[in-house]
Amino acid sequence: MILTNVTRIDADGRSSTGRHQAGSGTETVDGSGLLLLPGLIDLHAHLREPGFEESETIATGAHAALRGGFTTVCAMPNTQPAMDAPGLVAELTARARVARGARVLPVAAITRGRAGHELADLVELAAAGAVAFSDDGDPVDDARLFRSALEYARGAGRPVFEHSQDRVLSGRGVMHEGAVSADLGLAGLSPAAEETAIARDIAIARATGARLHLQHVSTAAGIDLVRSAKAAGASVTCEVTPHHLALLDEWVAGSRRFAWEPVRGASPPQAPRGVPYDSATKVNPPLRGEADVRALWAGLADGTVDAIATDHAPHASIRKDVEYAEAAFGISGIETALSVLLMAIDARMGELSVVVRALTSGPARVLGLALTDDAIVVDPLREWTVSVEALASRGKNTPLLGRRLRGRVVAAIVDGEVRYADPAWKGARRAEAVAR
Amino acid sequence: MTAAFARRHVLATDDWSRDEIELVMDQGAAMLEVLGRPIRRTPALRGRTVVLFFAEASTRTRVSFELAAKALSADVVNITTSGSSVEKGETLLDTVRTLQALGGDILVMRHSASGAPYFVADRVSGAVINAGDGWHAHPTQGLLDAFTLRAALGDLAGKRVVIAGDVMHSRVARSDIHTLIPLGASVTLSGPPTLMPLAWRCGQAPAGVSYEPDLDRALEGADAVIALRLQRERQEAGLLPSLREYAHVWGLTEERASRMRPGAPVLHPGPMNEGVEIEAAVAHGARSLIERQVTNGVAMRMALLYLLAPAAEVAA
Amino acid sequence: MTTLLSSDDVRRAISRIAHEIVERDHDTSRIALVGIRSRGDMLAKRLREAIQKNEGILVPLGALDITLYRDDLTRVGNAPIVRTTEIGFPVDDRVVVLVDDVLFTGRTVRAAMDALVDFGRPRAIRLAVLVDRGHRELPIRADFVGKNIPTQPTDDVRVHLSEGDGRDEVELVRAAVPA
Repeated sequence: MILTNVTRIDADGRSSTGRHQAGSGTETVDGSGLLLLPGLIDLHAHLREPGFEESETIATGAHAALRGGFTTVCAMPNTQPAMDAPGLVAELTARARVARGARVLPVAAITRGRAGHELADLVELAAAGAVAFSDDGDPVDDARLFRSALEYARGAGRPVFEHSQDRVLSGRGVMHEGAVSADLGLAGLSPAAEETAIARDIAIARATGARLHLQHVSTAAGIDLVRSAKAAGASVTCEVTPHHLALLDEWVAGSRRFAWEPVRGASPPQAPRGVPYDSATKVNPPLRGEADVRALWAGLADGTVDAIATDHAPHASIRKDVEYAEAAFGISGIETALSVLLMAIDARMGELSVVVRALTSGPARVLGLALTDDAIVVDPLREWTVSVEALASRGKNTPLLGRRLRGRVVAAIVDGEVRYADPAWKGARRAEAVAR
Repeated sequence: MTAAFARRHVLATDDWSRDEIELVMDQGAAMLEVLGRPIRRTPALRGRTVVLFFAEASTRTRVSFELAAKALSADVVNITTSGSSVEKGETLLDTVRTLQALGGDILVMRHSASGAPYFVADRVSGAVINAGDGWHAHPTQGLLDAFTLRAALGDLAGKRVVIAGDVMHSRVARSDIHTLIPLGASVTLSGPPTLMPLAWRCGQAPAGVSYEPDLDRALEGADAVIALRLQRERQEAGLLPSLREYAHVWGLTEERASRMRPGAPVLHPGPMNEGVEIEAAVAHGARSLIERQVTNGVAMRMALLYLLAPAAEVAA
Repeated sequence: MTTLLSSDDVRRAISRIAHEIVERDHDTSRIALVGIRSRGDMLAKRLREAIQKNEGILVPLGALDITLYRDDLTRVGNAPIVRTTEIGFPVDDRVVVLVDDVLFTGRTVRAAMDALVDFGRPRAIRLAVLVDRGHRELPIRADFVGKNIPTQPTDDVRVHLSEGDGRDEVELVRAAVPA
């Protein structure tokens, strides 16, 4: 189609308003007030198939991704069985093709069964189509094995995506260790458990010269480590998640305040709040403090952070409708990510151009892949309420349930074909065009 | 006395006002009188059912609630679950569904997971009283401690109370803080750094709360001390070198207690490890209000059961 | 709004009831007064003073809160505040005179009797009220009455006592007649 009066932002963050082709076809649609963006790339999503189809499938996840504006998603390998064999990778690719949602890029396991004991067949996995290796969900605890993984991945021409966490230090923690965990009586996850692991991973990456990509960096000191590693020329990249850019540990105590919103009802009796201990806020790395959030945005602004990745982690309600300590970690976030980021931009947390780069050219560089012609159309002013019904993902586990968000993807184009279109938007646009 | 109690549940007192706390304490005083009568029973909750759901072993608190419910003529149903039901795959959600089907008016619950009462209160129609959840809160203990201290010291405004021991893992400490601070008291925490929340040691303690690692210094001139139980497994978890050293450095001895103002009382939520966190001479000495806490506990729980009953009726 | 009893009327009624109580039970050593909160306890205190003036003896005095014995607890929005009951003497074998300001449905007196017997077994329980306004819902009558006043069930009888309200007066407020 052809969009008129549309504001197009390219993968380098440059914007221009006018007439732009989006996908194939010559149908003309009034695009005024809309954004035309390159299809977003998510380096980090859990599609749960095979093994956990009650939480998500390749098809539901790939369609949820389109609604969120992501035309390419990297599927994490913590499936059952783990994505540790070439046949599984091929199967995933085949199923994704049939689903006709977002493009799905398989990330294969680093270790056999993700058990952390012996390497998976990394060269063959790469040949079968794995774009990266990761044991995500878990770190590779064994430093020697991690070194081998980096050396092998380098040979295979693939980056290693690492979930950096010192699991001895983090212990049985379930949320960020700080004043909120102290109040709630929940075991804390020390920021140091993430930072020591990042430091270890960077050191090994520098020693081997391999491409290391650090997943979901969530602390200020973690960003500092990446910044100095990059300054020293290490081939290290990193991602941050929308929830770490927007939400704070106080959400576990029932706060519903985005990091950029003012504190309400600070003096007792306190203003009404949400229910504390909402297991939808339980995520690893945990939601952290305001200083950390500011550091993540600063890291985005100065290029320390290469990508924004959703860490979309859908869970069936049975894994979340339990005590906080027992609940699974993870937030279903692929459909809310762009809205939240656009709201943050409105609140001047960061630049639109920076965010678009971190969702397009940034992740493409991490993968070493060329950009496609995929595109999405966004109505930045459209408001919507996050609800169980509004989410296409099987995972309804988001702390944003009930929140009103602004900004909505109205169309997603993959391979020249409109694979998702909001049922209402084009009709209304054509009617307006006629009326004019 | 025109203030009314408008809460549906008692899950924690962290957002309670001074007026609400005082109202409940005043009602507790009225209930204490009932407990002194020849017939310690009034018909206020006749026909009501109080369900005691204890998913963690506790004789003292359960019996206290049971006596309180019976003193108000409520019917009492006891439900205890052990680890075995969880092993069979019974989740808290399953239990909640059973509790809801039983249709009790007031659910008193003890659970090892912090926050579990919020989970339950969100899913049952009756009123919920938290009888202790994980490390988080034990609001009836906080209220009875404040009540006991008020009876001994009068108005608590300007008074300084020391809470000594394993604050990190103590729901009692958190509820004591959440009750004493609104009443105008200040709280000094003392104990090993490993048993103190990091944030509270680093300038992020709640308003009115400070940390003084040296117990002798913390007790100097204090108006009261609440000693906390030390769980023996903390040593196994590597949080302290030995019970012997703990008793030596942080045990409440008569010598230490005498650093407080003359006659300053000693409280302990029980059960005590005599010779570890508290010396027998202190536990059973003239300063000890530990037995008084037990009686006051029944009165405060009566007050809460009574105050929650109308809301429970509407909801049921 | 009409005044049913003036300050002098209240004073005279208390004085008369004090005499009647003693006349009824000559053995003043057995008599005890228990006022029902929150105005009956004030009246009971005045009765005790009147008996002391007349007889030179200070009879035991108690105050009773009947909230926990009410039969309408489940019908109220918030739990009514429970005030402390103070009965510092054994009630066994006493003639206990319950004292209240207004006798209406009789439910308060029923609750008070239930409460009182939890303290022991009195020889007799009698009832003294400042005003009896009729409309009983239970088989209860007063032994000593300051004044019988015919009322409509919807009327409001307001008792003011100087201890709490600054003045002694009993008023009748007629319910507004619905148009």
